[in-house]
Amino acid sequence: MSSPTAHAEGHTHPTAGTYVKIAVVLFVLTALEVLAYEMAHRPTMPLHELIGATLIPVLIVLSAAKFALVAMFYMHLKSDGKLLTSLFVFPIIIAVVVIVALIVLMAYWEVLH
Amino acid sequence: MSTAAHAAHPETTTGIDNRKVAIWAFIGSECLFFATLISTYLVYKGKSISGPMPADIFEIPLVTFGTAVLLFSSFFVVLALNGAQRGDRKKLITWLSLTVLCGLFFVGMQVYEFQHFYHKGLGLGTNLFGSSFYVLTGFHGTHVTLGVIWLSTLLVQAIKGNIPPRKALNLEIAALYWHFVDVVWIVIFPVVYLMR
Repeated sequence: MSSPTAHAEGHTHPTAGTYVKIAVVLFVLTALEVLAYEMAHRPTMPLHELIGATLIPVLIVLSAAKFALVAMFYMHLKSDGKLLTSLFVFPIIIAVVVIVALIVLMAYWEVLH
Repeated sequence: MSTAAHAAHPETTTGIDNRKVAIWAFIGSECLFFATLISTYLVYKGKSISGPMPADIFEIPLVTFGTAVLLFSSFFVVLALNGAQRGDRKKLITWLSLTVLCGLFFVGMQVYEFQHFYHKGLGLGTNLFGSSFYVLTGFHGTHVTLGVIWLSTLLVQAIKGNIPPRKALNLEIAALYWHFVDVVWIVIFPVVYLMR
């Protein structure tokens, strides 16, 4: 496989071989998401009750792993420095807080009414 | 330092090209934009008092295939960028063409899905699910469409030989936007289609 490519700011980007490995992992993680969904919704599947009870946490972990892999390797945050990582991670933290806060707020409002 | 070298390595206070900082700042703002749409979908989830409901209309195999195609498009665009940075024009054009095709397939899948749902009785104003679903996935689809147009213009430039290694940053910036569109779908796919 080819060697890492030099970047304008002096960092190096991953090799094509690394990109292929990440693509395979992303594909497997997507397949696991769908498998978990099928196991949770089909009573005839093994571990139906266990996966059914833990489907949401399982899907959150799998999608978070995919998100992190794309950001770190395909978007080059792993090699491009902390400034760009901060520009991405800080809004994501705010976004997660907004999503959780709105869900909690609406659930609380429903309890009151 | 020569003029050409200055063009390739602009001196900035951050040491990073300003265009790259700008696209990351834009991506950061887009995170908040999609956070509001995703939270709206989640807040209204299960609150519809009339159908059709998600379980009545979703076609998981088709959307899973579309998701895989979008993930592969992210893979193809990094290979195109790799080719641009190395001055390998053939590799650049091949992988960028595949990226554009994957993007077009995804947009086509979404158009088919919207038409299919509409014929099954789900309009924008039918119920809370319809409103929040169409707004969330519609805005994502619009972003994919804009990405396809952006990458297509770069493909034309690549075919004309206007993306030498010193201009690879032009493709890198478009690729960052494209990856962002991909990671948004990585969140939307399980939230909307799998967590029912």
